[in-house]
Amino acid sequence: MKKILSLFAASIIMFSAAAQSEKYVKAMEANLAKFDTVKTTAGLIDLSNAFARIGDAEKDQWLPYYYAALTLSTAGWSDQSLDKDANAEKIKAFCAKAEAINDNAEICAVRNMAATQQMLVDPQARWQTYGPEVASAMEKGLKLDPDNPRLHFLQASGVFNTPEQFGGGKDKAKPMLEKTLELFNAENPKPLYPHWGKKQVEDMLASYK
Amino acid sequence: MKPLCYIFILLIIGYYGNAQTKISGTIKDNKNKPVPSASIVLKDTYDGATSDSSGIFSFTTAEKGKLTLTVTAVGYRPAEQIIDITGNDITINIAVKEEVSELKAVIISAGSFEAGDKKRVTVLNSIDVATTAGANADITGALKTLPGAQQVGESEGLFVRGGTAAETKTFIDGTLVNNFFYSSVPGIAQRGRFSPFLFKGTVFSTGGYSALYGQALSSALILESIDLPEQGSSNIGVSVLSLNAGHQHLAKNKKSSWGISYSYANLWLAFKAIKQRQNYSRVPEYHEGDANFRIKTSETGIIKYYGYFSANRLGIITPSIDTAGYYDAFNIKNFNMYHNLSYRESLGNGWKLTTGISYSTNKDNIEGQLQDGAEKEVNIPPLAYKNFELESPGQYFNAKTVIDKRLMGISVIRFGGEYNYSNDKYHYTLYNGQKFSSSIVENLKAVFAETDIYITNDLAAKIGGRFEHSSLLNKSNIAPRVSLAYKTGKQSQASLAYGIFYQNPEKKYLPSPDVLTFSKATHYIAQYQKVTSKTTFRSEVFYKKYNDLIKTDMINAAQQVAANNNGYGDAKGLEIFWRDKKTFKNIDYWVSYSYLDTKRDYTNFPYAIQPNFAAKHTASLVMKKFVTKWKTGFNMSYTYASGRPYYNIMYDGSNYKFTDMGKAKDYNNVSFSLNYLPGLFKKDSKTFTVLVLTVNNIFGINQLYGYNYSYDGSRKTPILPPSRTFIFLGAFISFGIDRTEDAINSNL
Repeated sequence: MKKILSLFAASIIMFSAAAQSEKYVKAMEANLAKFDTVKTTAGLIDLSNAFARIGDAEKDQWLPYYYAALTLSTAGWSDQSLDKDANAEKIKAFCAKAEAINDNAEICAVRNMAATQQMLVDPQARWQTYGPEVASAMEKGLKLDPDNPRLHFLQASGVFNTPEQFGGGKDKAKPMLEKTLELFNAENPKPLYPHWGKKQVEDMLASYK
Repeated sequence: MKPLCYIFILLIIGYYGNAQTKISGTIKDNKNKPVPSASIVLKDTYDGATSDSSGIFSFTTAEKGKLTLTVTAVGYRPAEQIIDITGNDITINIAVKEEVSELKAVIISAGSFEAGDKKRVTVLNSIDVATTAGANADITGALKTLPGAQQVGESEGLFVRGGTAAETKTFIDGTLVNNFFYSSVPGIAQRGRFSPFLFKGTVFSTGGYSALYGQALSSALILESIDLPEQGSSNIGVSVLSLNAGHQHLAKNKKSSWGISYSYANLWLAFKAIKQRQNYSRVPEYHEGDANFRIKTSETGIIKYYGYFSANRLGIITPSIDTAGYYDAFNIKNFNMYHNLSYRESLGNGWKLTTGISYSTNKDNIEGQLQDGAEKEVNIPPLAYKNFELESPGQYFNAKTVIDKRLMGISVIRFGGEYNYSNDKYHYTLYNGQKFSSSIVENLKAVFAETDIYITNDLAAKIGGRFEHSSLLNKSNIAPRVSLAYKTGKQSQASLAYGIFYQNPEKKYLPSPDVLTFSKATHYIAQYQKVTSKTTFRSEVFYKKYNDLIKTDMINAAQQVAANNNGYGDAKGLEIFWRDKKTFKNIDYWVSYSYLDTKRDYTNFPYAIQPNFAAKHTASLVMKKFVTKWKTGFNMSYTYASGRPYYNIMYDGSNYKFTDMGKAKDYNNVSFSLNYLPGLFKKDSKTFTVLVLTVNNIFGINQLYGYNYSYDGSRKTPILPPSRTFIFLGAFISFGIDRTEDAINSNL
């Protein structure tokens, strides 16, 4: 009887643990689904807060903090009236929380974008401060994961958007984009893991035709 | 079967336990204004919400019992409240307190132009200095395009708001620099000794500056040297004036670096090509070298050393105004050495230490002669004083320590001490071989304390005081300084500043047989500024009162010596600055205008007059455009100053009197420069070349600075620039460093 009871107790614990994880996955999935549709800054901030709440409650998952940062980074690209410094500080704070759990290349990509957004406020005055930050995030990310497609995408789109006379240009970006697409095709992301970027690369490559 | 039963019951309980409770409310700040975008979290759950633009939030939760509701919002301190969820809907209003942060807070800015790579309020950086047409890559040349500084072309220095050049002091990494400019040459303004690229930050204060600095009645130029370079590099430069080479080495771990450079300048070629008004018996020639090392002692600590030496000489012969057919010869040899060692470190717990020492020596050998046509020295009785030799070696030691302690929020208290030692010797040899020697030794000790208090993000105050004791004067002073800043809008702010400033009598009027005290200036400044990411607007009004200025007596028929502190004066004015990188595509321009109304009675002035170094109206327009297709930057500047007064003051044996006065015509100057970067965008190239062409006074406008008078006042000759137009051409090449990124980023 004792055996049965302890087995029973164990199964209850396992059951609740599974439920916990299921709750996490469900909540993450629901938020990620929203991520694809939310367009406004207010909506993105709301979503970022929702991810952060999951992160705060779970404590050992880096993905919620990663997405809390990524949503704000999306707002940083789309909303020109946003205070880029305050937004970037929030992004970096989430990145730091994610890194404390699992330091990886995906977070470096977000840090790279945050510093880029701060630099673009006034490139001439700010490149000395943020240029090295942009570069070191990229450097660290490629060290951790040399074939990370999102880092390659950020590199290629940098060249794509830099005028030809500045050493960039579409021609120069083309082989980089093609390589990036290969990396995306080879990628097999785990559930909930980041997979953004592929569509942008395809759109950019389509612009050559 | 029993266990299944239990599970079933558990599930049922779980199901009923899932009843949802609605929690809603409003987030407001302490001024009762709604706080949007705040994150409301039921701690350790997934449940929560974000407040909308009216501060309203609402969410549902299945949790039960006592839980903590936390509120976080950017710019506010986090708030927590415990709520008891029993199943009934909860309405709760939570107040958050504003957090004072550097990003949002007002900046205490009255009286100062801050330039550098800081996040905000960047007025000029080192590239701006190098690319300001007419400034010739000289720091003070570029600062003269900002409001407050005069366009004085006949002597070096920054003449700020009715003050003399001696009333501006320069500090590198906190410590005083004693011979910032090359030694004076009559009628020709000299450059600053230091390259703009040595500095990452520049604060040009035109008044009301911090209690950390003293001994400057008008202005402080505060320079902060660069830290470790990003990459090692070597460079060489070739120009019509000079040759130079240098090397910077960065350790592999990027924790330390060292560098050396050497340059040789000879103006023979330039003077051959461009006729100079002065006739050079010895063409200016300069040997200069410098060395540096920088060591990161920890994440936050750094030791920096910079050392410099310069040996230079020149000789000028001009037709003597005093006696027809004769010539005035002036020869100068200068040796200067400067060492600066500084250390800064965060001591933890909000404490920060910044300390530095500097040691320098300077020696001028000046020879004056009245010569006949064959360059032979002649002695003509009333003009015998023109034949002399002066050897003036000086030694200077400066030390300063500042300790910062961070208080609540971003408020800071700062205190420390400063010690300035100087020993200036003068050995004078008269035409008849008679020798006079004098020595002026000063030990100036100062202690200071100041605090930056941020009452809210919108209101801040800087309150400080400085105590100084001079061993030379055997006197002490206490100087209070106060500034206030109030944020009037998201990007605009208004500031007020008040301060008392003391300064020793200038050494050229010493030693004096009389008892002297400090000269004193009191500043009152009101400022309004609006700064957006691409534009800066700043306007300032000021009133400056001078007391205890030095009055001089004549001794030995030619030498002015300080007699008393009975001089006085005042200056008032209005200044406007506008910089805009937005309105015209790819064009960056700034405009400054200064109105100055000043009078003073000092040195030998018979009574209070508008001094000859002060123009009523001064204006500058500086434009820069980089054409990426041509890989070329085009820079233009226009400066204007209304005519300055000129005077001839003579001593009649008992009093000084005006024998002539007038007003020079207005000053106009248009300069142009061009930087061509042929290697730009050749990614991965190992060399980076910059070709520079500058043309000063491109239209050859006649410029008149004032007049020189003969000893008896009967004749005058105009003081004119050394040449009407000056052209400079140079090539500067760096190796082992790809600066394309820099060029892209600084021109995007």
